[in-house]
Amino acid sequence: MARMHQTADIIACPGCDLLQRLPPVPLGARARCPRCGEILAAPPMDPIERPLALAVAAAITFGVAQATPLMSLSAVGRSAQTTIIGGALEMWSQGQPITAALVLICTTLAPGAYLTLVCTLLLAVRRPPAPSWAGALLRLAGHARAWSLPEVMLLGILVALVKIADLASVDPGVGLFATGALLALLAGLATSFDPRTIWDRVAWPTQDTPRGPGASLAEHAGGTAAR
Amino acid sequence: MTGTALTAARQGLISCGACGLLARAAAPAEAGFCPRCGARLHRRHPDSIQQSWALGVAAAVCFIPANVLPVMVTDALGSSTPDTILGGVAFLYSSGSWPLALIVLVASFMIPLGKLLSMGWLLIAIRRGIRGGERQRMRLHRIVRAVGPWSMLDVFVATFTVALVQLDPLMSVEPGLGVLFFAAVVVLTMLAAESLDPRLLWDRDEIEPRHD
Ligand SMILES: [Zn+2]
Ligand SMILES: [Zn+2]
Repeated sequence: MARMHQTADIIACPGCDLLQRLPPVPLGARARCPRCGEILAAPPMDPIERPLALAVAAAITFGVAQATPLMSLSAVGRSAQTTIIGGALEMWSQGQPITAALVLICTTLAPGAYLTLVCTLLLAVRRPPAPSWAGALLRLAGHARAWSLPEVMLLGILVALVKIADLASVDPGVGLFATGALLALLAGLATSFDPRTIWDRVAWPTQDTPRGPGASLAEHAGGTAAR
Repeated sequence: MTGTALTAARQGLISCGACGLLARAAAPAEAGFCPRCGARLHRRHPDSIQQSWALGVAAAVCFIPANVLPVMVTDALGSSTPDTILGGVAFLYSSGSWPLALIVLVASFMIPLGKLLSMGWLLIAIRRGIRGGERQRMRLHRIVRAVGPWSMLDVFVATFTVALVQLDPLMSVEPGLGVLFFAAVVVLTMLAAESLDPRLLWDRDEIEPRHD
């Protein structure tokens, strides 16, 4: 209760642009914008070690889920099984390369990239000062997370199982249970990994050269916006 | 209340879209770059409304073939049966699993349709400058972004059914063209919701209306 998270004093709400002074937020609590309700800060109790442990466990589970069969089907002496990547490849070979690529991105590439980036990032920021490239990884991780949909995939597989169960007998495989475990770990990671806390650790030069022709660097305004 | 709100834009300040740092614009015409993360600063997402309209209209156009064309074609013993999204819902319902039928109906039909209507309403409310109810519209925008990925459900159902049911010559399932349009609807509506800057829902006069 006594531990507080202190961040840049004045911020603009990303949801509605309202300028406000953010008070110190107790660890584990949340601060919301009074005008639009956007969450402005949610510092976790343990911002590094706990998400790191969850991310490493999730990465291992992800590897198992990718490498093992999701389910197998048998009917009149014939049997077939599929993995996650196998599903995308079958769509590709059936003349649906765009859908196959989308499935591959949402189930394999984006979750894999997200977990790799989060593990690297958390290891890099363990000791302050955090390297400046951590910011780039953080931005990439945000994009990767937006397109990783393992929970939607799992529900899709369950619907497919019910549909096929009428026609043939279907057995769930190791990959299906690993995907279930992965969802639990990702849910834990989502609550304990706070990009805002990591941004506050990223070191940045106060004097820098302009990066584009005709553009000069914007000046950090956190301390000068007070009326 | 919203007429007098002190926003960053009114103070010539910009919060970085990537890292959230509050920065002072380098010049009135040229916002410059974030001193912490190096991202280009924008007062609002550039061309947010035009992009959002274009993506939303494209999604609405794709929504028709997505529902009319089959997502899967089942070949069993020489006869082939096409299966549309709503046909799949009817199949699940008639085979006794009505909870799954309801989930697929909501995820594949009602969510995409609701998203298209919601995006249209939000964009019209911004264009008309409708006052009052900003919090509700903000909540609607958040819901649209949160539920968006769930409409990908039928793409995964089709993928894993096709991957598993390949028992030639007894029975095989092939993807239909509908699944491609359906995937396009999902991706386009997700991008449309993402490109709509929520701050535009609150803006009144702090931004020059035709300059973004
Ligand atoms: Zn706000
Ligand atoms: Zn930044």
